Amino acid sequence: MLEIKDLCARVVDGDAILEGLTMTVKAGEVHAIMGPNGSGKSTLAKVIAGHPDYEVTSGSIGYEINRRTRDLLELEPHERAREGVFLAFQYPVEVPGVSNSVFLRAAFNEICRHHGIEELDPIDFAVLLKDKMAMLEMDESFVNRAVNVDFSGGEKKRNEILQMAVMSPRVAFLDETDSGLDVDSMKIVASGVNKLRSENNAIVLITHYQRLLNYIKPDFVHIIAGGKIVRSGGPELAHEVEERGYDWLVK
Amino acid sequence: MPSTIDIDSKLAEEYRYGFVSDIESETIPRGLNEDIVRMISAKKDEPEWMLEYRLKAFRFWKEQPEPTWANVSYPPIDYENLYYYSAPKKNTDGPKSLNDVDAELLATFDRLGVPLGERERLAGVAVDAVFDSVSVATTHQEELEKCGVIFCSFSEAVKNHPELVKKYFGSVVPYTDNFYTALNSAVFSDGSFCFIPKGVHCPLELSTYFRINAAETGQFERTLIVAEDSSYVSYLEGCTAPMRDENQLHAAVVELVAFDDAEIKYSTVQNWYAGDANGKGGIYNFVTKRGKCQGRNSKISWTQVEAGAAITWKYPSVLLLGDNSVGEFYSVALTNNMMQADTGTKMIHVGKNTSSTIISKGISCDQSHNSYRGLVRVLPGASGARNRSECDSMLVGNQCSANTFPYLEVENNTAVIEHEATTSRISAEQMFYLESRGLDKEGAVSLLVNGFCKEVFKKLPLEFSVEAVKLLEMKLEGSVG
Ligand SMILES: Nc1ncnc2c1ncn2[C@@H]1O[C@H](COP(=O)(O)OP(=O)(O)OP(=O)(O)O)[C@@H](O)[C@H]1O
Ligand SMILES: [Mg+2]
Repeated sequence: MLEIKDLCARVVDGDAILEGLTMTVKAGEVHAIMGPNGSGKSTLAKVIAGHPDYEVTSGSIGYEINRRTRDLLELEPHERAREGVFLAFQYPVEVPGVSNSVFLRAAFNEICRHHGIEELDPIDFAVLLKDKMAMLEMDESFVNRAVNVDFSGGEKKRNEILQMAVMSPRVAFLDETDSGLDVDSMKIVASGVNKLRSENNAIVLITHYQRLLNYIKPDFVHIIAGGKIVRSGGPELAHEVEERGYDWLVK
Repeated sequence: MPSTIDIDSKLAEEYRYGFVSDIESETIPRGLNEDIVRMISAKKDEPEWMLEYRLKAFRFWKEQPEPTWANVSYPPIDYENLYYYSAPKKNTDGPKSLNDVDAELLATFDRLGVPLGERERLAGVAVDAVFDSVSVATTHQEELEKCGVIFCSFSEAVKNHPELVKKYFGSVVPYTDNFYTALNSAVFSDGSFCFIPKGVHCPLELSTYFRINAAETGQFERTLIVAEDSSYVSYLEGCTAPMRDENQLHAAVVELVAFDDAEIKYSTVQNWYAGDANGKGGIYNFVTKRGKCQGRNSKISWTQVEAGAAITWKYPSVLLLGDNSVGEFYSVALTNNMMQADTGTKMIHVGKNTSSTIISKGISCDQSHNSYRGLVRVLPGASGARNRSECDSMLVGNQCSANTFPYLEVENNTAVIEHEATTSRISAEQMFYLESRGLDKEGAVSLLVNGFCKEVFKKLPLEFSVEAVKLLEMKLEGSVG
């Protein structure tokens, strides 16, 4: 469903970061991306979501919409989101004044409208939200708090997965969602993510730690270095990296 | 990384109310002198005492320098070159039934969303419709009369309730108050009068809709609201004007008086034409609004959504005389394109245990300037006075500016004053975050702006808060690239 081909991207008017990255993700799969700091993992995720700081210089991102392949690069960020592309941010952004429930309902209804489904009124949405929050064992007080404002690092990460649960994306990039989560929280979040998995969607986990992969089992593991994939393999690759680091791959 | 979103100011956003009605009107010659003042008074068939008042005000005005302290700039206004009176032809002789109202005028108000006809008019809201210099119709009057509420045009009040007008007119805002109040007191033409007798909870929202239509004409209206002991009224004003290339002057005076245990809630949704993207045209909105909490436990609250006008100069204030009286000011001021706003409030604590709340939200976009200016004054006798002020500014883009000028004069050491001010900018990261959740740019900005303003919006009567949200969204459309 997602086919990234020879993707090259740079910071607008700046340095090149992605230098010919190719990766294919099929429905129902879980991929893990690992790689040294600064190798371009977050950049890849943000380019897929359409972040305006980056400019794609060549390559394409094929994405299946209604059984037809479109290049995501032709879509605005909000159109990508409405078509089911989701990014759980490495650094979630604070949105003062806007409560989590208002924000989530706005997002949810945008997607409904886009697909011609009836929107939910605040009461029906509250029921849906309560259910998703229970799945992630989140306290109800988060409903009325301003989005991410004064949330702890771990709470912000969990809030990202709540957004994912509400939006039911078809392809979700989770950028270091495990960093900052304590052991118990990680189990809860991982089990939440597992519940969201289906044969119709795909998940790409960006992580530094093999531990997460014990809970969310990947089908493929890719190592990014210097803006491209230098090695792909199965779950065993993550173990190898855990033991040996990246030097042997980067050379 | 750029820290702000890119603004490409598109074509001037559509101003839905910018049309001109083709209505034959009666004007008086250009210019301002004693003869003009007499002419206006004569047109309105006023009693001698009113003419005397106007002339005193005019003489005072001539001696006054124009104020320059506000954080706004504009070329000098040539007061000699304006028209001070313009009225639709048929309607010069005071009150009339709806049947006499010109069809084109009714159509105009329909188009503005304020239908006046028996059948279409808004339920639950009584409307006084002011077109240029005169009130053309007031709805629901009979219904209000039944409970003793007087709601009529100002001219009508001068004729039918002279004792009330004499007693309260100018009692809160004397003509000597400032340059524009003196000007208004000399040439005011119409406006609304509301009187809520003792113990009456006004069963309808009262509202006045101000429409400027004629070119090169100033609008100078007066509003006077008196709430006797233990009464309650909620009043709303709305305003629009055609899109014209010249600036037009609107200098109003609003006076409120609340007696023991009475409450007046005054809301404004101001959407005067603001000029085009290059700052050409638009209304100069130079307005003096003041309420007097005369009685114990009385309460006056001002809620305003200021989204139009080329220049806004306006400080709705409350004079807290009665012990335990309460003053409130809730404001959203949005400026875009080249608009300039210098607005805020004054809370003057005189009585004991008086309290005031100020919540001001300024939003500036494009190249606009938005200033909050507020005074909290506690007099020596006002023991136990409390004030809480919160003044927040939001910047959209990086060519606009926002300023806060809070003034504090506290002469009683038992007073408790809290002041908070914040300035924030809508960041590119916030925009991207919201977009990545399926909101388009406009949806994202309106979510942020509505979140920013919600404390004020929830103070508006429900149906108008929906209007206000829509108005801000429409205004923001052109400003978010
Ligand atoms: N907007 C930007 N402006 C300038 N440089 C950038 C920008 N975004 C990314 N970079 C640079 O590009 C490189 C890749 O960054 P990226 O965030 O993709 O790394 P990462 O693989 O996610 O690292 P980490 O594991 O530390 O999260 C880094 O050197 C980073 O400094
Ligand atoms: Mg990263």
